[in-house]
Amino acid sequence: MAKKTRNIYKRLVFVVCLMPLAWLIFAILLDTIYQTQLMSVDPVQKFDRELGDWALIFIILSLSIRPIAELIKKKELIIYRKIFGLFGFFYVCLHLIAYIGLNLQFNMAGLLDDISKRNYITIGIIGFGLLIPMAATSSKKVIKYIGGRLWKKIHSLIYIISLLGVFHFFMMTRADFTRPTVYLIIILILLLYRLATKSKILGQRPLLRK
Amino acid sequence: MLIKFSKKYDTKPSEITSENNFLTRRRFIQSSLISGASLLSPLGVFAGQPTNNIFSNIKKMSFGANEKLTSFKGITNYNNFYEFGTGKTDPAQYSHLLKTEPWTVEIMGMAKKTGKFSISDLIKPSELEERIYRLRCVEAWSMVIPWVGVPLSSIIKRFEPNSKAKYIAFETLVDKKQMPGQNSKFIDWPYIEGLRMDEAMNPLSILAIGLYGKPMPNQNGAPIRLVVPWKYGFKSIKSIVKISFVENEPKTTWNQLAPREYGFYSNVNPNRDHPRWSQKEERRITGESGLGALFTPKIKTEYLNGYAEEVAHLYKGMDLKQFF
Repeated sequence: MAKKTRNIYKRLVFVVCLMPLAWLIFAILLDTIYQTQLMSVDPVQKFDRELGDWALIFIILSLSIRPIAELIKKKELIIYRKIFGLFGFFYVCLHLIAYIGLNLQFNMAGLLDDISKRNYITIGIIGFGLLIPMAATSSKKVIKYIGGRLWKKIHSLIYIISLLGVFHFFMMTRADFTRPTVYLIIILILLLYRLATKSKILGQRPLLRK
Repeated sequence: MLIKFSKKYDTKPSEITSENNFLTRRRFIQSSLISGASLLSPLGVFAGQPTNNIFSNIKKMSFGANEKLTSFKGITNYNNFYEFGTGKTDPAQYSHLLKTEPWTVEIMGMAKKTGKFSISDLIKPSELEERIYRLRCVEAWSMVIPWVGVPLSSIIKRFEPNSKAKYIAFETLVDKKQMPGQNSKFIDWPYIEGLRMDEAMNPLSILAIGLYGKPMPNQNGAPIRLVVPWKYGFKSIKSIVKISFVENEPKTTWNQLAPREYGFYSNVNPNRDHPRWSQKEERRITGESGLGALFTPKIKTEYLNGYAEEVAHLYKGMDLKQFF
């Protein structure tokens, strides 16, 4: 594919990734003006849940890019792994901001209480913490600087992070576990695929070795 | 006639609600009385009874919260009623499937009188009252709702429970066709709730058949539901078909599902957090949507939802952190 077309696609994907946020903002404004209930009468909860959900969706999308690229033999797709991954991080940040700002209303004692007492929040915060080194080492310059081997190690954290994210979702759910179950199954399939391919090509590609 | 019971938490409604809202509320009730027959006929639970007669006798109680009422739209579009689905808007969307007529409530167990009764048989002998109560959901949000109902005690007395009746248990209808959420096996239907007999006899406990001067909307538990305002919302069981007087503590739904999270008593208690979230504060849902609702300051949750004066004596000597 020509570089120009690829760039157009990249930009298009970028805009599409912003759509969930655009929708949330549009919905809350519409609710404000017309008193519709797109974000329900409890938008605090709705914002929190929606942003968390999108964070997981983007992380899963990012995880699935490599298998898809390998299966349909389109190597160039791999650039989207980074875009989706960074958007996953972006929505995790918004999710965290919504939780601290809108839900806790900056009650920092409440935040410490939540992190120390409530396992699902502890897990969520750990997941967020692990995402930071990944996001920080996503640019080409940094990859060159730290070397592919270390980069690989850092970025294999995504499997742990996605599992933490989905457990976080499971543990906060009061009823109806359909969504977290679906997410977990997808992640496990992707993880198994990765393990299977990794063992097969071991030795051929030294970068994948520890 | 306005019968006023002066309570500590009482404030004149005109003082606490903006005048406009207050007037609208009265108009709401008035209009439902004037056009009673047409408005109330869809309910039809009081078969053969001019329904407006029953509703026009609402005794205005000053059991009031010091807060602004949640709008009718808010109350009817944000519900936990898993019989229709676990989403907050599922009940509003699917509860039209529920047929509330004919409807019978079976009274059974340790009482002199038992049997099946229509809603009007149950309610008619008692005087309808309007009770403005705070409703605190275990999920840390709350509303203020003007219920229409009768004291549970007035109904219980008529069935003359005997000395063995230590508890009262309630059951919701089971019918997958009318309640599509019951296709989920997450809950072992029917939904069951219960109270200790002295809790049930407390003047705050009511069986409600309406809100905002209107017949109970299906999504809020038509045709008849329990309201116990000092307990978390899930104790106030909806669409009741069975009431039994029993000797032992009933196995209530949420308590059975997650005993560590939901106790039998489930009294509103800011000092006892839910294992997964704090119960110290709550989001008051006014019915407003949009940015106003997004940035509404949280309010402190009160012990026994602010009804300690009425019900704290029920738990004298009990450690409510242990018996949560």
